Amino acid sequence: MAALTEEQTLIRDQAKSWASEQSPVRRFRELRNAAVETAYWPESFAAMVEMGWTGILVPEAHGGSDLGYLTFGLILEELGRQLAASPLLASGLIGASALRLGGSDAQQASWFPRLVDGSAILTLAVDEGPHHAPARTALAASRDGAGFVLSGSKTFVLEGMAATDLVVAARTSGRPGDHAGITLFLVPTDAPGLARQRLITADSRGYAQIRFEQVAVGPDAVLGEIDGGFPLLDAILDCGRAGLGAEMLGTAGASFDLTLDYLKTRKQFGKVIGSFQALGHRAAGLFTRMELARSCAEAALQAIDGNADDRAELCSLSKAKVGDFLHEMSCELIQMHGGIGMTDEYDAGFYLKRARALEALYGNQAFHRERYARLLGY
Amino acid sequence: MSETAELNDFRAEVRSWLQTNFPSTLEGVSPAMEGDEHGAQAAELARWRERLAERGWGVPTWPKEYGGAGLDHAQARALAQEMGRVGAINPIPTLAGMGATMVGPTMLEYGTEDQKRRHLPGIAAGTVRWCLGLSEPNAGSDLASLSTRAEDRGDHFVINGQKIWTSGADISQWCGALVRTDPTAAKHKGISFVMLPMDQAGVETRPIRLISGASPFCETFFNDARADKADLLGELNDGWNVIKRLLQHERQSQTSAGGPGARTEALQDIARRYLGVDADGRLEDADLRSRLTRHLMNAAAHRLTAQRITAEAKGKVNVSAAASIMKNSATNVAQERAELMLELMGHQGLGWDGDAFSSEELGAVREWLWGKAISIYGGSYEVQNNIISKSILGLPETTQKD
Repeated sequence: MAALTEEQTLIRDQAKSWASEQSPVRRFRELRNAAVETAYWPESFAAMVEMGWTGILVPEAHGGSDLGYLTFGLILEELGRQLAASPLLASGLIGASALRLGGSDAQQASWFPRLVDGSAILTLAVDEGPHHAPARTALAASRDGAGFVLSGSKTFVLEGMAATDLVVAARTSGRPGDHAGITLFLVPTDAPGLARQRLITADSRGYAQIRFEQVAVGPDAVLGEIDGGFPLLDAILDCGRAGLGAEMLGTAGASFDLTLDYLKTRKQFGKVIGSFQALGHRAAGLFTRMELARSCAEAALQAIDGNADDRAELCSLSKAKVGDFLHEMSCELIQMHGGIGMTDEYDAGFYLKRARALEALYGNQAFHRERYARLLGY
Repeated sequence: MSETAELNDFRAEVRSWLQTNFPSTLEGVSPAMEGDEHGAQAAELARWRERLAERGWGVPTWPKEYGGAGLDHAQARALAQEMGRVGAINPIPTLAGMGATMVGPTMLEYGTEDQKRRHLPGIAAGTVRWCLGLSEPNAGSDLASLSTRAEDRGDHFVINGQKIWTSGADISQWCGALVRTDPTAAKHKGISFVMLPMDQAGVETRPIRLISGASPFCETFFNDARADKADLLGELNDGWNVIKRLLQHERQSQTSAGGPGARTEALQDIARRYLGVDADGRLEDADLRSRLTRHLMNAAAHRLTAQRITAEAKGKVNVSAAASIMKNSATNVAQERAELMLELMGHQGLGWDGDAFSSEELGAVREWLWGKAISIYGGSYEVQNNIISKSILGLPETTQKD
C-alpha cells in the first residue's frame, strides 16, 4: 500500500466498512437473482453520492473534493473486493475524467454538479466490436448545419443501461484504424434515434448495445477538438484503465483471501491442506505476484495524479500486470477450492466471471502488452 | 523546513561534493570482486574510496561513530541517485565483501560496543574484507544441520570442520562462521556465530571453479582454527537467531534485479540491434517481442515494488518481511533477462572466447551462467517460498522438523 495521507486513510477505511457492511457479495447475488436491468441497486449508488465519492475527481469550484485518482482507486479496490455493482467507475471516474481532460468551461460548469449529485450518469461509448479497439471507431458523425448527425453502433458500453448521457467516440474523417479523424461527442441517452439494448453477460453487470440512427447533436456537444479526439480519448481511457487496475486488485485480493482462508481450514489426509508444500508454494507465488501487481496499480494512479510523462506506459502496465494476476488468481481460486468452488451457492464463481470481464474491459493483457511495446518503441 | 526542502539541500550538497571529489575518469568504474583495482587506475580508485569513507558515505546509513554518515533511507537514496547520475560507483560494499551488506548491519544489532569499535570502521572504510562460513557440504538449504564444531578453551574457541560456497574466502581478512557449540542440544539450539581472522595456520581455502568460468566461491577448511571469545556475535548457542537476522539482510541486499549504478543499454535497444524491425517499427520476431514485453513489465513491476517498499518505510531503515518476495522476484527478473539476452543475440550470445565476439557478448554468456546461482544462494527459491508461506501467510509448517 502506498504511503497514504490521513484523509486517504479515512476514505479507504470508510469504503472498506461501507462495502463489507452495506454492499457485501450477498447484495450482488441478490442483484443477479433479481435480474435488475440497470445492474445496480439505486440505494447503493445514492449512498456513494452521499459519501462524496462521485466528487472525488471534480474540482472544488464545481462542488467536488478534487482528491485525485489514487484516492479514487482506494475506493474502487474495496468495491472490487465485494463485487459491488454501481456506475461509480463509469461516471464518477471515466465521465468525470472526460470533462476534466476535454470539457470547455461551459461544459464543466454544466456537467460537474450533476455528476457530483448523481442526477447525471455519464459513461464512455467507444468499442464497436468484440475487442477493445478505439482507433477502429467507425460510427459516423457528419456535419449537419452547425451540428452533427451520428449514425452507427456501439457495444459493450459500460453501465450503458444506467447512463443518462454518453461520451461517444465518432469518426468525422479518415477511416477506421486511423488515429486522426476521431471526435468525441456528449450525447443524452434519450436523444431521438438512439436505441439501447441490455447485453446479458456472465458477470451479470451492466453493459449495453447502442444504435444511433441519425442522432442529431448541436455544436456544443463536441468534447475537445474536432478530428483530433484520439489523444483525448486515449487519455480518458487511461484514467479508466488505472481505475480498473485498482478494482481488479480488489477482486483479486479478495480471491486470494478466500483461497488462503480455505487452505487454513479445509482438512484432507488428516491435515489442513495448506500444510502441503505443493499448495503452500503456489500460495507464496500468488502472494508475490499480488504485491508486484499492487505496485503497478498504485503507480498508474499516482502517475495520473502527478501528470507524469510515462503515465500511458504505467496505465498499460497496470492493466496488463494486474490483469495477469487476476486471471491466474481466479483460476487458482476455483482449483484450490475443489468441488465447492464450482457450485453457484459459493461466491468463487462470481469472482471468476467478473475477472474475465474486467480483464477484457478497455483492453485485455494482450492489447496492453502490444501498446506497451509500441510506447517503448519496438 | 519541509522534509523535501531539507532533502533538496542535501542533494545540492552531494552534487557539489561529487563535483569536487569524484574524478570523471572513474565514471562507471567499480573494483572487481577479485580485488583487482584496475592497474593504472588503482591509485585513483583508492583515493576516491578514501574520500567517500571520510564522509561515511560508503555505508551511509550506519551511525557516524562506526564510520557511517547516519543518513536516513530517503537521504541514502538521494545519495545513491546523485552518484548514479554522474556514474560514481561506491566501491566499499564490494571491497568489504560480506561486511557492509550483512556482517555490519547484524553487528549493529547484536554486537558488543567493543566489537563494533574494532570491526565496523574497517568495513566502513572498505579496507577489511569479510566472508561468511555458513553452508557445508551436507548443510545447504537445511543449514541448521551444520556440523563444524567449536570447542570452548576458556578465552577462545577451537574450530574444526568444512565450509563451502564461502564467497571471497581466499581474499578476505575476516570470516563470520556458524559453528556448533553444543552438540547435545536440539538442532537449532546448539549453534553460535563466531568471527575469526582468516590469516592463521588453521584456515585453508580452495577456490571452486564455476560453470561461468569464474571462481568467486571457495571451500574453507578449519583445522584447529582459533576464534577469540570476544568475537562471539550474540549469545552463546543463540547463533540461529543471529543468522536469521543476517540472512534477512542478505536477502535485502539481493533484492536489486540490476546492479546499482549500472547504466546498461535498454534490452529493447539491444533487441532492435540484433533482430531488426519491420516497416511499422516492430521487432521482426513476434514471439520474442511478446516475451520481451512480458519481461520488461516484470522488471518494471519489480522496480516499482522496491520504490513502494521504500516509500512505505517513510525514511526509516528497516529490513522488511517482504525480503523473501523481493528476492524471488529479483531472481525471476535477472534470470529472465539473461535468457532473453542470450536468445536475442543468437549464436553470437554463445561465444566463450576470441575476437569473433564482442565483450558485451562474452559478458552475456557468463552472466547467464552465473545467474543460475541466484535462485540457489542466499536461501533457494524454494526456501524463500517456505518462508513466505509460513511467516507471511501463516500456513502451517510445510516440512517436518527434526
